[in-house]
Amino acid sequence: MSESNESVGMDFLETRSHRWVTAYLPMLLFLFVLLFPFYWMTITAFKPNAELLSREGNPFWVVAPTLDHFRKLLFDTAYPEWLLNTMLVAVIATVVSLFAAVFAAYSIERLRFRGARATGLAIFMAYLIPPSILFIPLAVVLQSFGLFNTRWALVFTYPTFLIPFCTWLLMGYFRTIPYELEECALIDGASRWQILVKIVLPLAVPGLISAGIFAFTLSWNEFIYALTFVSDSEIKTVPVAVVTELVEGDVYHWGPLMAGALLGSLPVALFYSFFVEYYVAGMTGAVKE
Amino acid sequence: MAADPLQAGSRTPVAGSVSSTGVGPQEAARRPGALSRFVESRNGLGLLFMLPAAVLLLLFLTYPLGLGVWLGFTDAKIGRAGQFVGLENFEFLLGDAVTRLALFNTLFYTIVASVLKFLLGLWLALLLNKHLPFKTFLRAVVLLPWIVPTALSAIAFWWIYDAQFSIISWVLLKLGLIDRYIDFLGDPWNARFSTIAANVWRGIPFVAISLLAGLQTISPSLYEAAAIDGATAWQRFWNVTLPLLTPIIAVVMTFSVLFTFTDFQLIYVLTRGGPLNATHLMATLSFQRAISGGAMGEGAAIAMAMVPFLLAAILFSYFGLQRRAWQQGGDR
Repeated sequence: MSESNESVGMDFLETRSHRWVTAYLPMLLFLFVLLFPFYWMTITAFKPNAELLSREGNPFWVVAPTLDHFRKLLFDTAYPEWLLNTMLVAVIATVVSLFAAVFAAYSIERLRFRGARATGLAIFMAYLIPPSILFIPLAVVLQSFGLFNTRWALVFTYPTFLIPFCTWLLMGYFRTIPYELEECALIDGASRWQILVKIVLPLAVPGLISAGIFAFTLSWNEFIYALTFVSDSEIKTVPVAVVTELVEGDVYHWGPLMAGALLGSLPVALFYSFFVEYYVAGMTGAVKE
Repeated sequence: MAADPLQAGSRTPVAGSVSSTGVGPQEAARRPGALSRFVESRNGLGLLFMLPAAVLLLLFLTYPLGLGVWLGFTDAKIGRAGQFVGLENFEFLLGDAVTRLALFNTLFYTIVASVLKFLLGLWLALLLNKHLPFKTFLRAVVLLPWIVPTALSAIAFWWIYDAQFSIISWVLLKLGLIDRYIDFLGDPWNARFSTIAANVWRGIPFVAISLLAGLQTISPSLYEAAAIDGATAWQRFWNVTLPLLTPIIAVVMTFSVLFTFTDFQLIYVLTRGGPLNATHLMATLSFQRAISGGAMGEGAAIAMAMVPFLLAAILFSYFGLQRRAWQQGGDR
């Protein structure tokens, strides 16, 4: 009978062979499509050039794996520097944004100063402004501040999308903390600062982690600002450098390219694997509000 | 909220908080100065706490946004401030075949990719909501395309789409379905669909995981009741799942449309707008004109031309959502 059976509670109505058709096979297909590019990236990174460029044999496997591409990437290019740049920019931008977002979210959600609602709405609207309509005027602004083509250009511009996101996320978390806790602290003579540091923040730790890892991932993955505002090779970030520095003319060095893509993806993938639950919570939290 | 219990005028403990007007003689003696009163007041402290975020956002978001609008009406080039030229940029762009093509491409890209992302994402969400082995693991793995830097996964797609060594062509050739390698990125329509496929690949996890969160809030008893009333699986989906999921669908798809419409990096990495501008989106074209070509004013005008479309998408979803909530008797 049934076709798609969303309810967890009624799965027993399905026969096993039926479940293969409605659930397992489509799921396997999805998994294959979603993960294949990563597999392909990895296998290519370990393939010697001869195997890469031959149409003989089985392309899905690697016969004589080599670390040549990684060696070339790490010793013949500025890849380690790019990694370091990306890390620096992502960490500083995350810390700055988180700092600003915690205070902003707390004051909008809990201090409720005059105009708090309007400010909250403005923050949300800021979140909806895509970087691709901002990068041209931002380039002019950075030029006039003398920040163009420096790492600071990225540190200062990434918060434009990180702060709205983190603030919005944290506002949701602060909303779940009962007022009574703060009232008790107020009656006991705690200052606003003490309430924030000793009561609200400890309770909002999951939210802080969510916001932090999201901010870090977004900064690590950022492309258009990093492409536009930075032109010196040694201060580029990994996503931009792999695209602009590893491609020379019409000769594509697929091995090093894939090795670069793989190494650039690994940190976020690892980071992600440690905090999966927070990612999901953060993502759905930000959408649901 | 006028009667907000947290409105504390002063730092004075107990007595001060309970009856804020009762200032005893001792307290009057150590009444705080104007500055600390301001900092302790709700508006003052709120302002102070907003300061870091406000400074950064005003300087690097609001100001550039205004500047962008202004630039769209000037003939600014890289390295020199422009003169106000009124609507000249927009008039030029309207008559420019490449810009019109880019607008068509952007709309085509957004509509096709969003529809596919929605359908496949919803399907994946429904699958993930079932009792499958390794449920948690599956959920974690499925999100990977969304987590990894798009520019880097786009490079993997570039290799998958390679004209001479494409793995897809290799498989199809071995299966005897084609007789020569497909030129994925070299032919206008092939390139359009190839970039859309890569975009859909990246976007499915976001849609699926968000919708999954929505699905999990639907009570199983609703399905049981419907099943007892004789509803088929399709009827349960159409009359229970979908209506209850609509609000979250509206939000998720608004974000998805917004990000797809303003997409840049995938196109930049895969085709740079080629072949024959067939995959140029508004964002990539504005980058090409403004940064590569140096015509800042023109590029800014293209970027600003995206704003009405974005506003339309936001308003559409906002009012769609309102109507839905009203139909369901919600008071939101």
